[in-house]
Amino acid sequence: MSLSRQDVEKIAELARLKLTDDEIADYTQTLSRILSLVEQMNAADTNDVEPMAHPQDTRLRFRDDAATAPDRRDALQAIAPKTEAGLYLVPKVVE
Amino acid sequence: MEWEPVIGLEVHVQLRTQSKLFSDAATKYGADPNTQACDVDVALPGVLPVMNVEAARMAVKLGLAIDAAINQRSVFARKNYFYPDLPKGYQISQYELPIVEHGHIDIEIDGDTKRIGVTRAHLEEDAGKSLHEDFHGMTGIDLNRSGTPLIEVVSEPDLRSPQEAVAYLKKLHALVRYLDISDGNMQEGSFRCDANISIRPKGQKEFGTRAELKNINSFRFVERGIIHEIERQIDVLESGGTVVQETRLYDSAKDETRSMRGKEEAHDYRYFPDPDLPPMTIEDAVVEEIRQTLPELPDAKKARFISDYGLSAYDAGVLTASRELADYYEQTVAESGADAKLVANWVAVELAAYLNKHAVELADSPVNATMLGGLVKRIADNTISGKIAKEVFEAMWNGEGDADAVIEKQGLQQITDSSAIEAIVDEVLTNNPAQVEQFRGGQQKLMGFFVGQVMKATQGKANPQQVNQILKAKLG
Repeated sequence: MSLSRQDVEKIAELARLKLTDDEIADYTQTLSRILSLVEQMNAADTNDVEPMAHPQDTRLRFRDDAATAPDRRDALQAIAPKTEAGLYLVPKVVE
Repeated sequence: MEWEPVIGLEVHVQLRTQSKLFSDAATKYGADPNTQACDVDVALPGVLPVMNVEAARMAVKLGLAIDAAINQRSVFARKNYFYPDLPKGYQISQYELPIVEHGHIDIEIDGDTKRIGVTRAHLEEDAGKSLHEDFHGMTGIDLNRSGTPLIEVVSEPDLRSPQEAVAYLKKLHALVRYLDISDGNMQEGSFRCDANISIRPKGQKEFGTRAELKNINSFRFVERGIIHEIERQIDVLESGGTVVQETRLYDSAKDETRSMRGKEEAHDYRYFPDPDLPPMTIEDAVVEEIRQTLPELPDAKKARFISDYGLSAYDAGVLTASRELADYYEQTVAESGADAKLVANWVAVELAAYLNKHAVELADSPVNATMLGGLVKRIADNTISGKIAKEVFEAMWNGEGDADAVIEKQGLQQITDSSAIEAIVDEVLTNNPAQVEQFRGGQQKLMGFFVGQVMKATQGKANPQQVNQILKAKLG
């Protein structure tokens, strides 16, 4: 399977990546090679294999429901580019 | 042509935990911006999510209450999209293996029960809030809500009218309140509804193209929004157009739905299992333990109210609509020691009307169950008539004390002394010889006039049954 240039442009947009024409050409090739590798794996019969959700054979750990986090707003906002009235300010989001 | 709507609902229920789904920041509503957003919630590099056990238990509760399968193994997945109030760039949700699947909720429509399938219910975290009022041309971000636990309940497309959609929503709302897993506060966004709506010619099997109606946050708006969307789709199809699959907003101010253009661009969430979170295992023993803690649920309570109190299905439905109202009713019955149906009337009619008129929540009612019980007791033992009881109720509502105090202070005891009533009846008959003549001449309807005169003379305090009896005897 090989990706088209349009596929790569769409993936780049979803990932918010700005690519040059050369990079798009390059990724079209290299990403297609990765898909070829996946295609080889697809050839294996996995009918009786339970899909793996996590590479480690471990289970989710739980914590008790307690609100113990301190208010670290000042420290966290000290490294933010812009804040006002306790809010983080970001470039205008058009609804 | 006759059209049939096909509706499915997706409801986001905010769980009533103390802390977030994957962090130990508080979830309290209305806190100062960003004071409840910790390192995990703002997505600092290197932080890891740790699952809140209470959120999982609440999801199991809901699953059991809707008779669903609780998946012993469920998986958290990343739903990827970019928006400033989602600092990680993905929302942790459940995709292929949700914690709850294949349940159902029974609704009542015109006295008939209809079973609505629940496809699935999955745990996920909420995003933060974007504040679009102008901050010098910028948008403000409050991440207090970021990471708040939600359970999203997805119905099958089994609903066939706006009324059914509202009935389903109300039932689900009652359930989460009974289970005490959410405060269900719609104004504060603890219970939010999206509706998938399509129409098809009646009798056709295939579904039409659906539109998704977003963010409808009151029962009334759900009904209005769906009505409008159905009408719009009928107009489109009958004028030869086609319905486009899109997301629409219900605008309650204009009472219409409109397209959210632009937001559409091929959502591709690229879900994949979250590597930070191994699969979640819920042992059967834990499920059984949680099952033991379930309270009596609305359907069971309603059935019990019908059989134990002899109520009609309608009254039982009204009184079990919320756990608080049902508890209030049962306490009033116990306090009054009176006929359960009489109490049902007072709770479902008189009290409900006052709460409604004064926009007061049951919990804040100035007349509590003990007081109402005390009032109904005095109707039952003939101290006062039902009519006078309404005056007493009003006085209690206005803070003038309990029923006995009001009756005593205002001298409202019913006159049940036959000789006293007889004396008043005699007086009324003597003062109205013309009417007596007419009555004896066959004008039976004048009975009402005499009763009215006696009541007037006693300020409504004479026992009505006795007045009738004595009048009949004297005039007969």
